[in-house]
Amino acid sequence: MKAKTIKTILRLTASIIVVAFVLSFLTLLLKPKFMTGITEGAMIAEFYKEEMCHDVVFVGDCELYENISPITLWENYGISSYIRGSAQQLIWQSYYLMEDTLRYETPQVFVFNVLSMKYAEPQKETYNRMTIDGMRWSMSKVNSIKASMTEDEHFIDYVFPILRFHSRWSELTNEDLEYLFTKDKVAHNGYYMRVDTLPVTSIPEARPLADYALSTNCWDYLNKMLSLCRKNNIELVLVKAPSLFPIWYDEWEQQIEAYASKNNLKYYNLLEDSDIIGINWSTDTYDGGLHLNLSGATKNSIYLGKLLQEECGVSDHRGDPYYESIWSSKIDFYYASIEEQKIKYGITDSKDDE
Amino acid sequence: MLFTSYSFIGFLAIVILLYWLIPRKARWVFLLAASICFYYQSGKTNLLYILATVVTTYIFTNLIDRNNTKEKEYIKANKESLSKEERKAYKEKQKSKRQKLLVASILINIGMLAVVKYTNFTINNINSVMRFFGSGAHLSFIDIVVPMGISYYIFQTVGYSIDVYRGKSSATKNIFKFALFASFFPQLVQGPISRYDDLAPQLYESRKFDWKVTSFGLQRILWGFFKKLVVADRLLTAVQTIISKNDVYSGIYVLIGMLFYAIELYCDFTGGIDITIGTAEALGINLKENFIRPYFSKTLKEFWNRWHITMGTWFTDYIFYPLSVSKFMLNLSRSSRQKLGDKIGKRVPVYTATIIVWFTTGIWHGSSWNFIVWGLGNCVVLLISQELEPFYKWFHSKTKVQGTRIWDAFRVCRTLLIVSTLRLLDCYRNVPLTFRMFASIFKNSGEITAKNWGALGLTNFDYGVIIVAVIIIFVVSLIQRSGSVREKIYKLPYWGKFCIWFGLFLIVLIFGQYGIGFSASQFIYNQF
Repeated sequence: MKAKTIKTILRLTASIIVVAFVLSFLTLLLKPKFMTGITEGAMIAEFYKEEMCHDVVFVGDCELYENISPITLWENYGISSYIRGSAQQLIWQSYYLMEDTLRYETPQVFVFNVLSMKYAEPQKETYNRMTIDGMRWSMSKVNSIKASMTEDEHFIDYVFPILRFHSRWSELTNEDLEYLFTKDKVAHNGYYMRVDTLPVTSIPEARPLADYALSTNCWDYLNKMLSLCRKNNIELVLVKAPSLFPIWYDEWEQQIEAYASKNNLKYYNLLEDSDIIGINWSTDTYDGGLHLNLSGATKNSIYLGKLLQEECGVSDHRGDPYYESIWSSKIDFYYASIEEQKIKYGITDSKDDE
Repeated sequence: MLFTSYSFIGFLAIVILLYWLIPRKARWVFLLAASICFYYQSGKTNLLYILATVVTTYIFTNLIDRNNTKEKEYIKANKESLSKEERKAYKEKQKSKRQKLLVASILINIGMLAVVKYTNFTINNINSVMRFFGSGAHLSFIDIVVPMGISYYIFQTVGYSIDVYRGKSSATKNIFKFALFASFFPQLVQGPISRYDDLAPQLYESRKFDWKVTSFGLQRILWGFFKKLVVADRLLTAVQTIISKNDVYSGIYVLIGMLFYAIELYCDFTGGIDITIGTAEALGINLKENFIRPYFSKTLKEFWNRWHITMGTWFTDYIFYPLSVSKFMLNLSRSSRQKLGDKIGKRVPVYTATIIVWFTTGIWHGSSWNFIVWGLGNCVVLLISQELEPFYKWFHSKTKVQGTRIWDAFRVCRTLLIVSTLRLLDCYRNVPLTFRMFASIFKNSGEITAKNWGALGLTNFDYGVIIVAVIIIFVVSLIQRSGSVREKIYKLPYWGKFCIWFGLFLIVLIFGQYGIGFSASQFIYNQF
């Protein structure tokens, strides 16, 4: 009788192990890897591999991760920074990423890009997954999922991603096998680099809106961001990145300005300052004005870095061996990526110099 | 709450776990509460309909029962004082009272069903008639939602009322227990239609937990998910495309659509019933089988004995037989024999009852003419087959084909073709269109091109999955002929069992059509 019980327990344990192993393997296999093509989906998870020593952490959408280069901030000002951004990152997702960041480090400044204030409701499941799947499990992730789910989504799909991605079985490629257990680095401290150029030819006309008031939901999360920063003695800086589209309405600008002024926050509208920054919309964007390319992001970062250092007092760590050792490898990777992309997009140095 | 939704799986897990954990005496109460929760999820107002059915059926069946008891007691008490004639007259009087009570109960419930299901159909027909006669008058449709599973629970309770009237069952005195019989949640979605004597004792009985029984139930649920999610929902897009774009998909595509729909409907309906029966089994309750490998049938009659069995037997027991022995039919039989002679005359009442049953079967499937024509189409084929019986006998005696595998295979294919052809009426839902599409098969139209084929919404991978899954289902059906497949698997060594069931789970998990982008569809038989 006793031997039978032991046998049953052993069988059960072995079965549970086999089930867990097979399901974990299949989950790894079927989850999108985001190593080529749309690499933005891999960016949120990269943060956890970092040495946690960032003075500035940016949170926001593509207007941040495509328009600001932390490498430029380091090279020019010795600012140690990281961008926790993903495609169409909504304000509540940015807030929970802030909370999540604080589990690992306490930066001096959080910079938040205000464009996502225009989205009052959850938008697209695909973008939700790209932002949330990369987060490590914590209450911040749980709350981010709850706040972000569209009508068709289920919480359980986040807990067991195989339920969401099972249908990829017919789309599996070599990439899925190659990156089954390890991932390459795709971003430069959260910066998504593009070296190619697509000049601005036209800007879609601003459609008049029925109501310009930014939603209560967004204001609530902005207030939460502010409280979180104050509680942790972190400065919250608001920015509007220099992107010509989506349209940033004057009415929205006035509301953000009023909020910043009321709460004694720094707010930099880099779109308004694009002439001072020196952005040339013929050469500094890779998609007709939506996002900046490397040239534009470099100019933008030089301008913003100065503000962060002079007005927020962010330290210059250049010369510090600890920081130098961390950033030197990042710089090597950065320039190697630039060369790689130049080949990819057929950009020669002479042409580039012109 | 869809059977294939996460919420149902979660609900089921909680119900099964708690059911076996709580004291045995409280289990039926728990099942009633779970059934109410389940039904409440489908819409608050739906509860009112089922409540009305429960209350009215309970009251009338108890009145019938009381009358029965009163009659017996009166006869017993006055056994010696009453003459034979007086006793007979008294019995007739009481029977008439019970009949009135039964009719009232049936009218209320079938009336409710008729109102929610057939009001707009009736209005539509009245409008058509008025248009035909050039009247400008037009009745507006009413906005009414058919409550989930109303046909199933009304048929079940009407069957119970008739059984009480016939003295086959005694009326339950506990309205809550009766409510559980009427609302037992697994069968609310798409049947099977249970009989009181089969189901009720099991619902109230206290049982010991038996892992084998519960695990068999869970295995059956998994098998149902396999059929529904891997096959039926995968074929759904192609079937819908062929039906909706009938200008493009005619000719050969109609034949392809018939085959696809045959597979889809089988996997959808039997898959749903597998989930239903499996759910009940996991709770230690055995529901009647609703399908016995219907596509192995050699004749249409055999097919209807194997497909949606509980509905078929319900119509036979509660419509066909009572109708056949009714006064009207007896009179009809007598007069037709006198006027048409014995040979033809004896057929008249049988044909009449058969036509009525199939008309009812058709309209039960849907409140539109295509379903009525479908029902009558089945009836015509069945009656012709019956009439051709002597010819078949002659043919079999002259040839040696009977009993050969090729002849059997031919008969199976022929039956499937007849069933699928009649089902075109279900697909196109429009009688003239159905006939046009059927005729297109014989014309040279609907050429298969890469563009059209591709637009059906299935990839080569999908076809691969469907073919493999259909082969699995076919092989399982073949094995089933020699006994329960689950019993056979149960006898395998532990790791053999593990590999089969975990393998099936993985197949459903990976190849199932569910989640974002798929939105598992409603079960086809939900709407009845």
